[in-house]
Amino acid sequence: MTDVTGAPSPVSRIAAAVNALSTPAKALIGVAIVAVAFGFGSGLMLDVFFWEVFITGLLAGVMYALVALGFVLIFKASGIFNFAQGVLALFAALTLVGFQTGQIPFAHLINAIFGTKVHHFSDTGLPDVFAILATLLVMIALAWAVVHYIFQPLVNQPPIILFMATIGLAFVLEGTGDLMWGANVKVLDVGLPQGPSDTIIDATGMFLDKLELSAAVVAVVLVTVLTLFSQYTKMGRALRAVADDHQAALSVGISLQTIWWIVWSVAGIVALVAGMMWGAKSGVQFSLSLIALKALPVLMLGGFTSIPGAIVGGLIIGVGEKLFEFYIGPSIGGATENWFAYMLALLFLLFRPQGLFGEKIIERV
Amino acid sequence: MFYREAGEFKTSYAADHATFPIGFDFWRFWVVVGIAFLVVPFLINDYWEKAILLPFLIYALAAIGLNILTGYCGQVSLGTGGFLAVGAYACYKFMTGMDIHIPIGGGEYWSLILPPLNIALCVLLGGLTTAFVGVLFGLPSLRIKGFYLAVATLAAQFFLVWLFNKWEWTYNYSATGQITAGERDLFGILITGPNTEPWATYLFCLTFLFIFGWAARNLVRGRIGRQWMAIRDMDIAAEIIGVNPMAAKLSAFAVSSFYIGMAGALYFAVWNGAAEPTESFAIDKSFDVLFMIIIGGLGSITGSLIGAAFIVLLPVVFKNLFVGVLGWPTDIAEHLQIMTVGLLIILFLIKEPHGIASLWGTMKEKLRLWPFPY
Repeated sequence: MTDVTGAPSPVSRIAAAVNALSTPAKALIGVAIVAVAFGFGSGLMLDVFFWEVFITGLLAGVMYALVALGFVLIFKASGIFNFAQGVLALFAALTLVGFQTGQIPFAHLINAIFGTKVHHFSDTGLPDVFAILATLLVMIALAWAVVHYIFQPLVNQPPIILFMATIGLAFVLEGTGDLMWGANVKVLDVGLPQGPSDTIIDATGMFLDKLELSAAVVAVVLVTVLTLFSQYTKMGRALRAVADDHQAALSVGISLQTIWWIVWSVAGIVALVAGMMWGAKSGVQFSLSLIALKALPVLMLGGFTSIPGAIVGGLIIGVGEKLFEFYIGPSIGGATENWFAYMLALLFLLFRPQGLFGEKIIERV
Repeated sequence: MFYREAGEFKTSYAADHATFPIGFDFWRFWVVVGIAFLVVPFLINDYWEKAILLPFLIYALAAIGLNILTGYCGQVSLGTGGFLAVGAYACYKFMTGMDIHIPIGGGEYWSLILPPLNIALCVLLGGLTTAFVGVLFGLPSLRIKGFYLAVATLAAQFFLVWLFNKWEWTYNYSATGQITAGERDLFGILITGPNTEPWATYLFCLTFLFIFGWAARNLVRGRIGRQWMAIRDMDIAAEIIGVNPMAAKLSAFAVSSFYIGMAGALYFAVWNGAAEPTESFAIDKSFDVLFMIIIGGLGSITGSLIGAAFIVLLPVVFKNLFVGVLGWPTDIAEHLQIMTVGLLIILFLIKEPHGIASLWGTMKEKLRLWPFPY
């Protein structure tokens, strides 16, 4: 990148700086410049409504990214594409509500078998903090069981078999969650603020949901903690070693089983956070597990192996689908949010098959 | 006793390459076919037709289709529900008279208006339309692979279901957004509509399954099937030895979608009589068919049939056992069933990755030696 012809001109310095960036970063900058130019050109950028849609999209994207994070963690460490991440979030949220309201697990099943009438172990349930801690323990125990009983026997199977095993896991968790806590729609309240934020309405005239704003804050905290954890702790370093090369990690004495257990536990915790946010937003019910389907295009766009990719992908999808729905949706019948993300990801993949930040796919025969 | 090669003398290459090289197997197959065609129609009633036999035949056809794509060509698809919908809606349009109007400028239209066609033809045309759509959605498979492709096929699922919700032409502008099959007959015997006889619909679907099951079995043994399997096992290596990956992948998408489209047409016209996109062709249909081929056996036509029978029968058994015999609430039985399906999937992947079809193969080996295992 050095300039041999003497003092570098400002233009060549900028060119050199751009060249030093990675391809995805260049692509992003390009997209951003085009978007901004288009926005100003059409006068959209001056419109409060546009910004409201844009920021709502960003916040929705954060919620998608929360789910996508769990996928990325597991995929990086074990090469398993975990389809059950959405159901994991549902299961965590169900368990949390169950503890909060003091339900007895499997009450319906017990009643059906023994003809009893048990339902609650206490009328008030556990306080929020204990309920969350108890749910964390459940998720960690679940992680152990999943690694021990499902993925240990499946070691060395092709990735697609592991993927289908996680679809099976999704069904098991869905059935178990419903059997444990009942299938009715539940309200999840962990004291997060709700409703439109008055200060923002007064200041800018935009309607933004407080819950989504706090979700954005939580997501930032979560990503920071995860990054610090994987960069500066011994365990985090072991995680990265496993992600890099299983066999090399094994040979320096890292236990794959333990690492996988930790990874699934962390994914479970991320699922709990996602479940809390989505549960507080739209109630805890079966449809919560479908957020996994929203996270998949995010992953495709961002790349399966990159945490920043999950965030950026989430933001692009969130903004893209909201803008598309508001500006183009009405002319083709609306409700485009279901498929727009997939189509965007699909088109994108045709040009960059490994996603924005994914590792380059190298195939050998 | 059973499956013995002893005494089998082949005098030609054709005989050597037969699907059932062992005489006993050959006769067993034709006895099963004979019972299915000649005995079952006299025994079935409405419950057996609607709850067990039609779903089995139709899902078996869909499972064969998905197995061609996933089991033989190695391209995992989660878009089966969407392709079933294409088959159903195309069949509906051909049943009620296809009308195509393409603007050619100046307010003029190029129009094609077909009269309502024969129901068997409609099912085939439904399959062909789906094959075309399948190739379109299969195009990304040339560029993206594995999980990325699996997720990309979800685009087909969501987009197609949305399309049939929003595009009024596809459901003939009906107020409810539903499509309903009118009364159609074949050789004077009613096949669709509310007044059909169980045996007629059963035989109609069985004929389709038999013909196209037979075709699929021979397709996968032939040149094109070997190409698919080469692509599945290692696509780069296959390309190097001269398999054209584009032709192989797209033909797998086309044939697979053709089968799934016919299944969708039968599902709508013969079995249910009515359909609407959001419920009838939801994503759980895609998973159901995927589970059929995992449990039945990836890369096996027999496996597709066994898997379809398994997934169709499981809810019936659960409902009868837990609700009928034990008197439990319906929702508990349903949750238990979801859980069991999941557990079975995991169990099969761990213990028998090639599904029940491979268990069947093992059983044949055992039977060969029985009762003197030395």
